[in-house]
Amino acid sequence: MIRWFRVQVLMIDYTLASMARRKARNLGLLLVYAAILFVLASVTLFTGALREEAVRALVGAPEVTVQRMVMGRHALIDRDGLEALRAIRGVQWAEGRLWGYFYDTANGANYTMIVPSGGIVPSGGREAVAYGAPPEPGFVRIGGGVARSRGVAPGDWLFLLNPQGRLFKLRVEAVFPSASELVSADLVVLSEADFRAFHTLPEGVFTDLALGVRNPREITTIVEKAALVLPDCRFITRRDILRTYDALFDWREGILLALMGGAILAFMILAWDKASGQSPEERREIGILKAIGWETGEVIRARLWESALVSLFAFLAGYLLAYLHVFFFSAGLLRPVLQGWAVLYPEIHLTPRIDGARVLTLFLLTVGPYVAATLVPIWRAAVVDPDTVMR
Amino acid sequence: MDTPMLTLRAVTKTHNEGEENACTALHDIDLSLEGRGVTVLRGPSGSGKSTLLSLVGCLSRPTSGRIHLRDPETAEVRDISALPERFLTLLRRRTFGFVFQSFNLIHGLSALENVMLPAYPLGQGRREIITRATAWLERLDVAHKARTPVELLSGGEVQRVAIARAMVNDPPVLIADEPTANLDSDLVRRFLEIVARFRDEGRMVLMTSHDPRVWESVSVDRVVTLRDGRIAGDEPGPASPARQGGGGAP
Repeated sequence: MIRWFRVQVLMIDYTLASMARRKARNLGLLLVYAAILFVLASVTLFTGALREEAVRALVGAPEVTVQRMVMGRHALIDRDGLEALRAIRGVQWAEGRLWGYFYDTANGANYTMIVPSGGIVPSGGREAVAYGAPPEPGFVRIGGGVARSRGVAPGDWLFLLNPQGRLFKLRVEAVFPSASELVSADLVVLSEADFRAFHTLPEGVFTDLALGVRNPREITTIVEKAALVLPDCRFITRRDILRTYDALFDWREGILLALMGGAILAFMILAWDKASGQSPEERREIGILKAIGWETGEVIRARLWESALVSLFAFLAGYLLAYLHVFFFSAGLLRPVLQGWAVLYPEIHLTPRIDGARVLTLFLLTVGPYVAATLVPIWRAAVVDPDTVMR
Repeated sequence: MDTPMLTLRAVTKTHNEGEENACTALHDIDLSLEGRGVTVLRGPSGSGKSTLLSLVGCLSRPTSGRIHLRDPETAEVRDISALPERFLTLLRRRTFGFVFQSFNLIHGLSALENVMLPAYPLGQGRREIITRATAWLERLDVAHKARTPVELLSGGEVQRVAIARAMVNDPPVLIADEPTANLDSDLVRRFLEIVARFRDEGRMVLMTSHDPRVWESVSVDRVVTLRDGRIAGDEPGPASPARQGGGGAP
């Protein structure tokens, strides 16, 4: 074992000295390899972190959201539905929620308007940010994206024209901290009275209903019962939302990785070509090594160490750069593709996190094929007869 | 008399056997080589000298015939004619050191790194290998160039580094293929001095040469002449007791 270890150390020693002789070629290969790994690792780190943020944001969301459907579209739901749900055994609480979207013609951005539940509905997602008592009528709390696009700060007036053209003058009470910007960038939190007035919404109707259950294992049963009481409603569980997020990010990640497929394939061809295109000088070197007592297996191991070191270094460099890119530079190169389009981009500060299984998968899917792609040409070069140096 | 270190019986070697460009380089060679002394294989180009060296040095296998090698450590005699490559490599590592025509050092590596290369597969510690390689470079007066890339060395330095590489594993047999080709008289003389030292230490030196300065050297015990792949002559060299009037067969 010690002998084997010593031989490997010496092989690496020789490999490094050998690689130093072909600096330009190895450096070029390393850069291309690291660049590909950088993109791949950035995609997986970014989508992983977004998923994580989504999960975190939904932790405190209501177990079930109830939305009335008319002609397949989301419609307002009235107080009768709320009372019917409260009567179902196992329902801990049920509350009507008020929220909606508003297209601001002043800057072409869409805002999400929301009335906090005043602590009745558990905090989760946007509600987590808007948690607590609603602002007083005439006051708003807004997200960082809204504040930036309208150039307002706490204490300033926010002027909004409602869809009917009526001007609303609201005092900015607070701007949400940047830590929550992933979910709060486009948020405008206002009082129930202002919300109903702004959207000309009558009393007794809600955007949707939020439902809490005592025993999470009963969710399916409760949803089945509720569906009988409110047949024109759809019931969205927290698990459904998480699944949707997963599917969305999987799809976006998949599209990007598919586009990357061409680049990866081109790189594999380059790696194969590099390994198979052994120059006469390299073949001569292999002949010398064999003549002075190296076995075919030892020559192959030395060459494989070269592939392994190149790919390992490229992996580390690519992954490290991707980590910095995603968690310290907010994935600037990938955001437009993976995050989707928006006028009010949130300033995201994703929580640095590495998933061991994903790192291992990426490692095996990049380093493995590269080393494998170089194995056959290396073997073909290494089986040269040792007496070639004598001819 | 001791068992010969190497014995060749009816050895024939055909390159590219079975192909259109097949070429028989050696025909029916019978030869015995003692475990010490300096033997020169001489003959014109294409006479089969290098092919014979590669067979003796376990670099290739004969097409027909038998080669027996006496293990220098155990004195056991083994037929090495049909050994798999792996075993030939192990034997080559333990028994032979090679100095190739034009020396075949690996460019881009330093003199020390080149000398260390044959010791890598043995699994010794790096420090131990460096010490041994440096000792050989010192012994051959080229230690001051240990860190110099070999392509920057002079002809004489390259020659001595190549010898140090051949000797780093302390083999009992040094095999040299045309070691003095393209060298001036001074370098030939220095090489022959080194060979004489190895001879005095009890090692066996086997080399090919068509340089009269080599086979007429006072340190040569035996000269075997090859022509068209056959042995055309086998005579004592200037260092042989037979030539010095001491009697005894080469």
